[in-house]
Amino acid sequence: MVSEYINFIVQRMDDILLFSGQHLQLSFMAILIAISIGVPMGIIMTMIPGMSPFILGVANAVQAMPSLALMGFMVPLLGIGSTPSIVMVIVYALLPIIKNTYTGLTSIDRAIIEAGIGMGMTEFQLMTMVRIPLALPVIMAGIRIAAVMAVGYTTLAALIGAGGLGQLIYRGISMVNTKLILAGAVPAMILALLIDRVFFFLERKVMPKGIKL
Amino acid sequence: MIKFDNITKKYGETEVISGVNLEINDGEFVVLIGPSGCGKTTCLKMINRLVEPSSGTIFIDGEDISKKDPIELRRNIGYVIQQIGLFPHMTVRQNIELVPLLKKWPREKRLKRVEELLMLVGMPPEQFINRFPLELSGGQRQRVGVARALAADPEIILMDEPFSAIDPIARTQLQDELYELQEKLKKTIVFVTHDIDEALKLADRICIMKEGKVVQFDTPEEILKNPANEFVENLIGKKRLWKQPELMSVKDVMITNPVKALPSRTLTQAVEIMTESGVDSVLVVDNENRLLGIVTAENIRQNKDKARKLEEIYTRNLFTVRPEDSVLDVLKLMSQKRIGYVPVVDENNILKGLVTRSTLVNLLGESLE
Repeated sequence: MVSEYINFIVQRMDDILLFSGQHLQLSFMAILIAISIGVPMGIIMTMIPGMSPFILGVANAVQAMPSLALMGFMVPLLGIGSTPSIVMVIVYALLPIIKNTYTGLTSIDRAIIEAGIGMGMTEFQLMTMVRIPLALPVIMAGIRIAAVMAVGYTTLAALIGAGGLGQLIYRGISMVNTKLILAGAVPAMILALLIDRVFFFLERKVMPKGIKL
Repeated sequence: MIKFDNITKKYGETEVISGVNLEINDGEFVVLIGPSGCGKTTCLKMINRLVEPSSGTIFIDGEDISKKDPIELRRNIGYVIQQIGLFPHMTVRQNIELVPLLKKWPREKRLKRVEELLMLVGMPPEQFINRFPLELSGGQRQRVGVARALAADPEIILMDEPFSAIDPIARTQLQDELYELQEKLKKTIVFVTHDIDEALKLADRICIMKEGKVVQFDTPEEILKNPANEFVENLIGKKRLWKQPELMSVKDVMITNPVKALPSRTLTQAVEIMTESGVDSVLVVDNENRLLGIVTAENIRQNKDKARKLEEIYTRNLFTVRPEDSVLDVLKLMSQKRIGYVPVVDENNILKGLVTRSTLVNLLGESLE
């Protein structure tokens, strides 16, 4: 049974690698864009009082929307292919990034912030010299969650013709071929775990030295 | 000079500071003290505009600080808070050189200053300069905090309960160091604490606050001797006086109703008086309570004729002290002259009381409790 499965995998290796590559590409693209939107948004939220409930509310609502339905909306707006699927993944990846950025920046010890202000730091200096370095581990944790989620959501991309490992899975479903489903699902899982490890490593890396002790 | 002119602070309807007037002189070490919620920290934070008053004006060297750029103002005022105020992600060096960096000092000058300051607070630079706050003890962190506040050589330093989170032994040492540092640097220091011992130890003047008002603003000596009201008395504690014998005066410790007798009394009567009161000597005074001399049980024993009058045998030429004399001087006098008691008289030689060695020993004993 197992050897049969391995054989099957080996035969499909080219496909699996190709789709894995696509998959990674799609999710990475989405994560990068999500970071470049989400982190600044989290920062802006801390600077403009009253903004956080609004943004977090919207992000929460979007998160609650069924992904299949969201994708349905995307097609008439953006057509099919990789663009709508990347946009969809971004939409889902944003929430953990925004949330963690905001939490990380605002949960710094009041005394430390006050020391900074009391010593004559400007808002900007406080942000770049104190808040962001100290919040970086929390922000990175949010990015890690978003990255793992992105790999998962990217399997849906196959539905609108963006490729990726989802394609193997859908093929398997429509042909009622368990092996094919697994040939897509197992590499997707492995990818997710790998990405989790990579970002975990990055998270440790960006943690300020003085805090790691 | 820092001047608070009729400062009031309201949060909504509640007034946390009500009409505070203060003048803090250059080079003066002023401690703000009071129970939590009395407004001492709020007052402190108004000086570097972390808190803005609702009404009234604060002047520094005659300039209204509300008209100054708060960023510039803060860079010229040192600020020390509890140890947690060090930036954990910065090394000792980065923490100390922060304000000079904000003021755009060149690199070399900053480094030199950091080394200088670390020496000043007794932390060898080669050993500590690259450490992180978490690698330091509480006391060391606080020293770095003080060094950081001194970095750009400000005239004014604000300290907000800097030693409260530190163990008592290290705290005592830090207080001593701060005191010595201040002797050298002569900065204007405004220091907030809730620890009266700390206040008495460090302050040139203590500002006692309660419910947003200044209750008493005076030197430690004056506060100990003449507490403005019961609140201050309670704050400094009943035994406070005994803890500081150099601040006690004779009138604080003397027996106010010493055993006395008129010179016309006989020796027999004098013995009776002494036995009744359980003492071994009696002060001889005239009708106006003017001190004439003293008779001891020993003097009486040596006289066989008990019908003689006190005026015939009492010792004149007594050492006397004044009510306002310091207790320490009296102690010195007593041990130099080997006497067990000293009568207290005013400038007209009217008897006011008596200080005995045993009362003093008892008092000093209490102070050790």
